[in-house]
Amino acid sequence: MDSFFIGIGVVLCFLMFLALHRAVHGPTAIDRIMGVNVIGTKTTILLVIIGTIYGRVDMFVDIALAYALLNFIVTIAASRYFQHHKNLNPKGYGYRFREEDK
Amino acid sequence: MDIIIVLLSVSGLIFFFATTVGLLRFPDFYSRMHAAGKGDTLSSLIMLMALVLYNFHEFNLASLLVAAKILLIGVFIFMASPTATHAIIDAGYESDIQPWTKEPEEES
Repeated sequence: MDSFFIGIGVVLCFLMFLALHRAVHGPTAIDRIMGVNVIGTKTTILLVIIGTIYGRVDMFVDIALAYALLNFIVTIAASRYFQHHKNLNPKGYGYRFREEDK
Repeated sequence: MDIIIVLLSVSGLIFFFATTVGLLRFPDFYSRMHAAGKGDTLSSLIMLMALVLYNFHEFNLASLLVAAKILLIGVFIFMASPTATHAIIDAGYESDIQPWTKEPEEES
């Protein structure tokens, strides 16, 4: 059963790398907040899986709970910070200019 | 019992994969947030249920405490993830991000 959970954790890490593409190349700043939120939720599950593999779930569950709280607070604070910025359209804040736009 | 754990974990992984594909492939901010918000909540709850069942296979006080804590994480995600999704959507809507339409708008 341990090797099964190791496989689940490896697939979760692969999906986190896929979501990192949205967090890095997102067209707006809000898209980056969204990618970080998805990665944080996956990390909470991954911490409980790591605790199950090591046999120390009682310690890792507390870390996972703290990580979930921190992820929620970061998302709320960042979205409240960007709420009234009127320059968040795709060619505004954080837009990476490409060749055809010049 | 192992069959139930494997089924719950694999279905949670499938929903996580659908979340990531929707996050990468959808054309718009609002539709990406739709995929991310719903898929994350459901697949987190399914995988936490699988981990609760795996950690609760022997009945004593320590495993009962661990299962209660994992369920507490599930309850917290069930409350916090839709709230965070609503906050991000509200920030995007207040910032005048235009939704994606099939016919592109004529400019100038």
